[in-house]
Amino acid sequence: MSNETPLWEVFIRPRNGLAHRHCGSVHAADATLALQAARDVYTRRGEGFSVWVVPSAAITASDPVSKSEMFEPAETKIYRHPTFYDIPDEVGHM
Amino acid sequence: MTERDALFTLLIRLADDHLVLGHRLSEWCGHAPMLEEDLALPNMALDLIGQARSLYARAGEVEGAGRTEDDYAYLREERGFRNLLLVERPNGDFARTVLRNLYFAAFMRPWWEAAQGSTDGTLAAIAGKAVKESAYHVRHSAEWAIRLGDGTEESARRMKEAVEELHPYTEELFDRDEATETLAAAGLAPDPAAMRPAWDEAIRAVFAEARLEVPEVPYPLRGGRAGLHTEHLGHMLAPMQYLARAHPGASW
Repeated sequence: MSNETPLWEVFIRPRNGLAHRHCGSVHAADATLALQAARDVYTRRGEGFSVWVVPSAAITASDPVSKSEMFEPAETKIYRHPTFYDIPDEVGHM
Repeated sequence: MTERDALFTLLIRLADDHLVLGHRLSEWCGHAPMLEEDLALPNMALDLIGQARSLYARAGEVEGAGRTEDDYAYLREERGFRNLLLVERPNGDFARTVLRNLYFAAFMRPWWEAAQGSTDGTLAAIAGKAVKESAYHVRHSAEWAIRLGDGTEESARRMKEAVEELHPYTEELFDRDEATETLAAAGLAPDPAAMRPAWDEAIRAVFAEARLEVPEVPYPLRGGRAGLHTEHLGHMLAPMQYLARAHPGASW
């Protein structure tokens, strides 16, 4: 077993109605302490109403090496952006 | 003793407890064992110093002699301070710091809870804010005490040593005297001795999980309430008060 203190990813919900957003990471021995550390490190200026912590090891991430095959094919398909039609003024902001 | 004198006495005691412990925790800034705690400890220091400021400001009103929070914090000497000996203990290691926080917060939480019903509106309002802050302090220190006490061989040893060193200072939390009795009778502030069952239960529950034993205390250590301090307080006040004394009346 490693002596390293595990890393946790921190997600904070800024206010009701908005989704949790990733805001950083903390080191902590277990989930309870990770939640406390997340509160102490990331909510000091009233940023949050809800905090999630997730073990960093539980996140499966895409490999930076395969960036070109993963993401470049989308770059040439500008027709996927919804900008090719006019929105009537009465609709207002979307 | 008049109710006004008793209230002033209490406000100064309580403000001194919070200022001294707050300053102690601020000493960890930049020195904590990990970055996360380097923010957590000063966070709590700021809670405590904020409470101290409110209490000093109210003390100034009650005293009616024109003294401000800065006068109380920076221009009184060691013997003028009325804080518990517990809170002036040096930080020692992380185990001692955590345990000192636990002992103090486990007392203050039920005290603030009860003080929300004070017939002094300002004290009741201060209590309303402080009760939430102290609840977090109990939670933070209890979780750490449990993990250190039931952790590695070294952390368990350090927690045991912390208990041996600090437990004798806890009796002073509950001391009654003319001031506390006058205030309790008038409904101005809760009787400290009445916090005993809640404190005992909180400590017992944490110690059970932390595999620590509550020690017998044949010779409790007290004196802070009478202005009789350990050698550590003066060494803390010197750097704390230096700037305000070297530049009287300076402002930002």
